[in-house]
Amino acid sequence: MPSRSQEPRVAGWGRQFVPGRELFSEDLERASKGAHLLRGLGRSYGDASLPAPGCPDVLTTTLADRVLRLTDDGVLRAEAGLSLRALNRLTLHRGLFVPVTPGTQFVTLGGMVASDVHGKRHHVAGTIGRHVRALRMRVADGRIVECSPETHADLFWATIGGMGLTGAILEVELQLERTPSPWIYQEMTKHGDLDSLLAALEEGSRNWPMTVAWIDCVTRGRAMGRGILFVGRWAEAHESPPEPPRWGEASIPVPFEAPNWAISPPTVRAFNTAYYHKQLRSKVQGFVSPETFFYPLDVIADWNLGYGSSGLTQHQAVIPRQAGPQGVRALLERLTALSAASPLCVLKDCGEQGQGLLSFPRPGTSIAIDMPVRSGTAAAVAQLNEVVIEYGGRIYLTKDQFTSAADFRAMEPRLDDFMDVRRRWDPELRFRSAQSVRLFGDSPFATGT
Amino acid sequence: MQYVFVGATRGMGRALARRMVARGDTLFLLGRDAEGLDRCATDLRARAGREDAVVGVGALDLLQPDGFGPAVDAAVAALGSVDGFVVSAGLFAPGPALEADLALAERVLRANFTGTILLCEHARRHLLPSKGQLVVFSSVAGDRGRKPIAIYGASKAGLSHYLESVDHRFAADGLRVLTVKPGFVRTAMTAGLPEPPFAGEPDAVAKRVLAAMDAGKPVVYAPAIWALVMLVIRLLPRFVMRRVGF
Repeated sequence: MPSRSQEPRVAGWGRQFVPGRELFSEDLERASKGAHLLRGLGRSYGDASLPAPGCPDVLTTTLADRVLRLTDDGVLRAEAGLSLRALNRLTLHRGLFVPVTPGTQFVTLGGMVASDVHGKRHHVAGTIGRHVRALRMRVADGRIVECSPETHADLFWATIGGMGLTGAILEVELQLERTPSPWIYQEMTKHGDLDSLLAALEEGSRNWPMTVAWIDCVTRGRAMGRGILFVGRWAEAHESPPEPPRWGEASIPVPFEAPNWAISPPTVRAFNTAYYHKQLRSKVQGFVSPETFFYPLDVIADWNLGYGSSGLTQHQAVIPRQAGPQGVRALLERLTALSAASPLCVLKDCGEQGQGLLSFPRPGTSIAIDMPVRSGTAAAVAQLNEVVIEYGGRIYLTKDQFTSAADFRAMEPRLDDFMDVRRRWDPELRFRSAQSVRLFGDSPFATGT
Repeated sequence: MQYVFVGATRGMGRALARRMVARGDTLFLLGRDAEGLDRCATDLRARAGREDAVVGVGALDLLQPDGFGPAVDAAVAALGSVDGFVVSAGLFAPGPALEADLALAERVLRANFTGTILLCEHARRHLLPSKGQLVVFSSVAGDRGRKPIAIYGASKAGLSHYLESVDHRFAADGLRVLTVKPGFVRTAMTAGLPEPPFAGEPDAVAKRVLAAMDAGKPVVYAPAIWALVMLVIRLLPRFVMRRVGF
């Protein structure tokens, strides 16, 4: 029979496997003694949740998912392994919802904090860090510490978006928000080129609390950057459908690993053309469930198998507002020239930068592009990063697997401040990941650590 | 419905308890780990959105049968009346570990066999008057003697045998007995073990067990495919079982 343990390997969502062994425990407080890295549901694409070379063990939090407090005014305290999906199912019918959600609900609270996730509401609600009231952590010297914006604030803000490198997040306390109904009112509008799409995204953000755009990033010429803008808001009680939305019990599985050519320029071009023209009218509106609106890809379980055995990566970067549309255009032109993209290419306008020391979003436009991994992927990422650096942008560590340490340094002047706080709490850099070795200058563990 | 639940703090028991309180059941939790019981009760109350989802918690250790009577009586008294007992607690260790450590083997045998059966005897006395339901987690490991699970499998085989007998003996009096036979399920208990095909998730097991409870079934395999897998394994001749590794 096939066995996980004979050849223990672990990978992120992009399926780039490394030697590693997941440890599971329902008692995170006990199991985190001596841990070097924690991971949740493994939805970060790259190596953020993978063990540093030399120490294969990574503590998986998903069994530690108890809700410790949920008040009528929306204060939630729970163990770090609680999934967003479980949380949503718990809160939506009570008229509460997370103020910030990423594009999948297969993430844990701990992972959301470590990535300081953002979402379709970033321009009004910021990142999740703005809504975290407190964290309970095991820090490198073995102590259990409660931190918040008021207590041990340095540790708190380094942990928000700190990629799990400041300690083990055991519990998260969040402020949820009230929703007028369990439905979203959504409008979708088609735009035939990049300029009109960017202008519509900017205008949408002035008028709507939720915005995102799907962009066709393989079509060249005048129609380059054509796409569909999605805007939305919570529906008011008087206008929404009377029945609560059904929350999906099961999702459709991808039954096997697709061949590597399944995501290639001809198939992506065909998909994008079909997807763009699927919406016949220039504008479509209606009420949709939060699941449909926020998590369209969650319908397909294990959709990463569709990229075949070589897996995938995502390049997500934010181009600062002052760079203007030409920054976004330059990145897309580089991307189309590389012919490296997949159907998933998403634009989002970002609001104010959060207080997390390494928090990803800043005012500007975020561009996220899924790419099948090929022999030239590292070079393609380097070329994209060249544009990002030129326009003063930065990448999202949660998605990254291929950026070089030099490029990361060039786009991340905040790294030294982060490392100062990290060393204050963890002088020996006990908490490490494959990503921190690749990008932060950490050493691999001496074998047998 | 009101249940005494032994083993709600972890794994499949935790998943089942969550589904039970979500549909409106009221529980009294028994178990070894006092802090774990409190956190579990808090979790269940928060998820259910009602304080009476769990009316109390109490100490019970399957290795300490002297404590069963008082613990069960106190639980039933707190509930007022009882419609069922769920016992998902138990001990597990892989075959080589048990063969190497006979003290550990003795604890596994006592918890899963002697302890669980004596606990069920206490439960039965409370359940017979109300024609209640006894739900006990055994295992597919008890269905056939197999190489990797001689000792654990024996403890569960004995337990399954007992539960079937109790069903035969008291069904006419209205007692309903459900023997739960999980296959390989991804819990902390099985973490790190070689994962066979058809591994299941605790919540999917819980959903299936709850459906079997409602339908009044005597035996449920979970995930469902394990009923077929074990049918085949039970039919394999001895010379084949001597050669294969499972």
